[in-house]
Amino acid sequence: MALRRQIRVGSQWMYADEAHKALREALRVMEDEKLADAHGGHHLPWIRRYVFSTDHKWIGIQYGVTALLFLLLGFCLMILMRLQLGWPGQAFSIMKVLGESRAPGGVLLPEAYNQLGAMHGTIMIFLGIVPLAVGAFGNYLVPLQIGAPDMAFPKLNMASYWCYFPGGLLMLASFLAPGGTAQSGWTSYPPLSVIASQGQTWWLVGMVFLITSSLLGSVNFIVTIIQLRAKGLSYMRFPFFVHAQFVTSFLLLLAFPPLEAAAVLQLMDRVAGTSFFLPSGLVVSGQALANAGGGNPLLWQHLFWFLAHPEVYVLILPAMGIVAEIIANNTRKPLWGYKSMVFATVFLGFMSFVVWAHHMFLTGMGTTISAFFQTTTMIISIPSVIILSSLFISLWGGAIRFNTPMMFALAFLPMFGIGGLTGLPLGLAATDIHLHDTYYVIGHFHYVVAPGTIFAMFAGIYYWFPKATGRKLNEFWGKVHFWISFVCINGIFFPMFAQGLAGVSRRLYDGGMQYAHAKQIASQTNPFMSICAIGLLAAQVPFIFNFFSNAIAAALGRRDEGLGSNPWQATTMEWAATTSPPLAHGNFEVLPVVYRGPYEYSVPGETAEFIPQHTPVTEPAPRGGALLPATAVAMREN
Amino acid sequence: MDAHAHASVGHAELEIPYNVHPRPDTGLYNGKLGVWLFLASEVMLFGALFSSLILLRTGAESWPRGYEFLNVKLATFNTFILILSSVTVVMAWSHLRLGNLKKGRVYISATVLCALIFLTAKGFEYSHEFQEGRFPKTNNFLAIYFTMTGLHGLHILGGVIVFLYFLGPGAKMWAKEPERYTNRIEIVGLYWHFVDLVWIFLFPILYLM
Amino acid sequence: MTDPAAAVEPGVDIHEHAGIGDPNAHHHSPEQIRREMKVYLAVFAGLAVLTALTVGACYGLNLPVHQAIIVALIIASVKGFLVAGFFMHLLSEKKVIYGILILTVIFFIFLMALPISHHANPFGS
Repeated sequence: MALRRQIRVGSQWMYADEAHKALREALRVMEDEKLADAHGGHHLPWIRRYVFSTDHKWIGIQYGVTALLFLLLGFCLMILMRLQLGWPGQAFSIMKVLGESRAPGGVLLPEAYNQLGAMHGTIMIFLGIVPLAVGAFGNYLVPLQIGAPDMAFPKLNMASYWCYFPGGLLMLASFLAPGGTAQSGWTSYPPLSVIASQGQTWWLVGMVFLITSSLLGSVNFIVTIIQLRAKGLSYMRFPFFVHAQFVTSFLLLLAFPPLEAAAVLQLMDRVAGTSFFLPSGLVVSGQALANAGGGNPLLWQHLFWFLAHPEVYVLILPAMGIVAEIIANNTRKPLWGYKSMVFATVFLGFMSFVVWAHHMFLTGMGTTISAFFQTTTMIISIPSVIILSSLFISLWGGAIRFNTPMMFALAFLPMFGIGGLTGLPLGLAATDIHLHDTYYVIGHFHYVVAPGTIFAMFAGIYYWFPKATGRKLNEFWGKVHFWISFVCINGIFFPMFAQGLAGVSRRLYDGGMQYAHAKQIASQTNPFMSICAIGLLAAQVPFIFNFFSNAIAAALGRRDEGLGSNPWQATTMEWAATTSPPLAHGNFEVLPVVYRGPYEYSVPGETAEFIPQHTPVTEPAPRGGALLPATAVAMREN
Repeated sequence: MDAHAHASVGHAELEIPYNVHPRPDTGLYNGKLGVWLFLASEVMLFGALFSSLILLRTGAESWPRGYEFLNVKLATFNTFILILSSVTVVMAWSHLRLGNLKKGRVYISATVLCALIFLTAKGFEYSHEFQEGRFPKTNNFLAIYFTMTGLHGLHILGGVIVFLYFLGPGAKMWAKEPERYTNRIEIVGLYWHFVDLVWIFLFPILYLM
Repeated sequence: MTDPAAAVEPGVDIHEHAGIGDPNAHHHSPEQIRREMKVYLAVFAGLAVLTALTVGACYGLNLPVHQAIIVALIIASVKGFLVAGFFMHLLSEKKVIYGILILTVIFFIFLMALPISHHANPFGS
């Protein structure tokens, strides 16, 4: 039986007849281009290429840079808060940037502290992490990892960025509203939020923009993953990152609308004078409110948390996806328990819809409902444990490479562990009575999101930066960034558990100093935590320099010539695509076909140290005898 | 090798696979899946409002029956009009599948007409309520009534705008890609049926209970 | 030796049907389409009748609130089924769509259970 001839084209082995077809197609394209160029060219004008781009890679970069800037802003707001918490009532010249009305003489007013608090949370979650994790990493990588030319709806993708960005600007503009911005927490509980000043309305409208952006994006992701995956890419061959983004998109799709509805209702309460959330007989500053009453503040809490609980899984799942990719790559072995991880992720997504009222244990709910939500909350910890344990066990027996992305990914594991474990006493009503609305909660969720998700984001940036720019970030400064951040971030958040257990409430502008039971621990820990916060800010400086200097160098065309297109020797398909920049429209000259699982590292019996997913399974060996070494198979000449 | 196996590198308009013809294993083209996902999110949006209505009503000391305040006859007429518009849009799609653009446009125009009649009737309803001194802030029943019918009305308006686009500049697509145009009408039609579906529940819940 | 490329191409010729027809088939015959159009008109008639029935029962006959709720919701569900099943051709849709909608219905039920659970079990009960 005659063998079909195979030749090597770039990084891929192709059947010769298919290669011939591809070559004919390439020649046809070049002819088209020549003709088009002769007719004045079809290259897009600058505004359609860089502002209103429909290329998922560029949109991903737009999301990424915008989100990182918002994260920095949210962090700076927190620094101002920590100055106040560490040294309550003291004047700081930097506070003057908030203006005289908020910080007369450089002393932060309590109302201003509340504004910073509400906006810190909002900006970090909705303008920072979700756009970075989903909009940036998801947009950039998912089509590449599934072998697609772009997202299913490129124009919709562009629309979702251009819904996010104005929404973000509107949120920032709310600082300029008379009376200041939203100051009822990121949770925006009525009646306080309904009677609050104008900035709250802008906040609500901004939220509508952001929710719309997320909805458009989630539709795009789901259709892309189901419809545009390459030939041979069955669901159980997805890189884990794609599974994580898939489930995340369903959470965004189905959980956000109730918050949108709630935002509309709160807007009606504020603007049209309705009483959806205002009970009868409400008295504010000695005056009875002239509204109809009959509303229910708990209705807002139910609708809000119906979204906000799935939202926290939106914050963590992409991070787990990133960490999984980096761990597999830097241990040079497949993920342990891939199948369990996938099913755990799906189960986690489903369960996330039925735990929301564990945020409401202290609202006067009956014992039956409370028991229901405690049970579901305990159950939902199981898939998290499965995923975390699988990632830990994946390290066993690995040939670990301790590069910067791997350092951040490794740190994620115990940090998320601490965050997850501290969630348990919060999920049980008996202990939650003591810990609800204390610093324990703040410590818990910051551990999951800050040394958890944000570290995973950093890991992803260091890991995929060469993909996007053709340059690696500086390893030395990367490690400096990592170590100082790691130490300082624990310094900020670990004492919060002690504070919470001692009874220090959250959202207190003086950090607890006004309460006798809290005073001692607050004065002992708050200054230390604030110093660590400043240290954490300082640790970001090398990262900012590293990031922007390399990004600008790449934009000026200075690529790292020795890097190659697969500097981490990875198996997933994003490394097989044309190196950016230039941003290759359509990603792959020929759409890949998938023959293998996502993590064929150190496969027993194979000579190659790693085998990319799209490498054909050939037997016998291709012409030339023994299989070529991995570097030759996987490295592409640019 | 299917047409989709080659990405058009360097062309301004990127060719996305399965935009018009369905993917074999799912049996769907991209837009169809996309619109159903969008409708799923809309189910959750209106569901949250229905849920709020139930919570407020079951917790209220008193709650009026809809027809104490509202014009049931006008709303019944509106219900017939909206159901009629659902029929016209599905007829439009059928005629487009038969290759008849002219009849398709007639039925799409009929759909738009029905929608505008609905909105006009709604306008009369609202102004009558305002004249009688009944505003959203008057009580929670009226608050939820105005909010839900208002949001529903905005959805109708959105549909009208899209239909007008496909009657106007969007119709150019028929000349080059009739199948893609027909798919687009199918997709808007699905959205339109959903808007009708919401009204089918909204009407009795607000007006008759 | 099998052609490895062919072995990994999933479902090239498989059309997964999840119902009585295939609305995505672009080779529907004109007769089939005309038959569907007649079905649409029949559904319209049914919807009109059911609307008149709802109004007649709840408003015309002035049923008490509890009965009105049950009757109206049952009739609305039937109308909804007709619109979804025939106009939106859900009765002949693909499995993927069914899966998404079932998931949505489950979460919708959670959302509806929210107010009921809220009132059913107040603190102290």
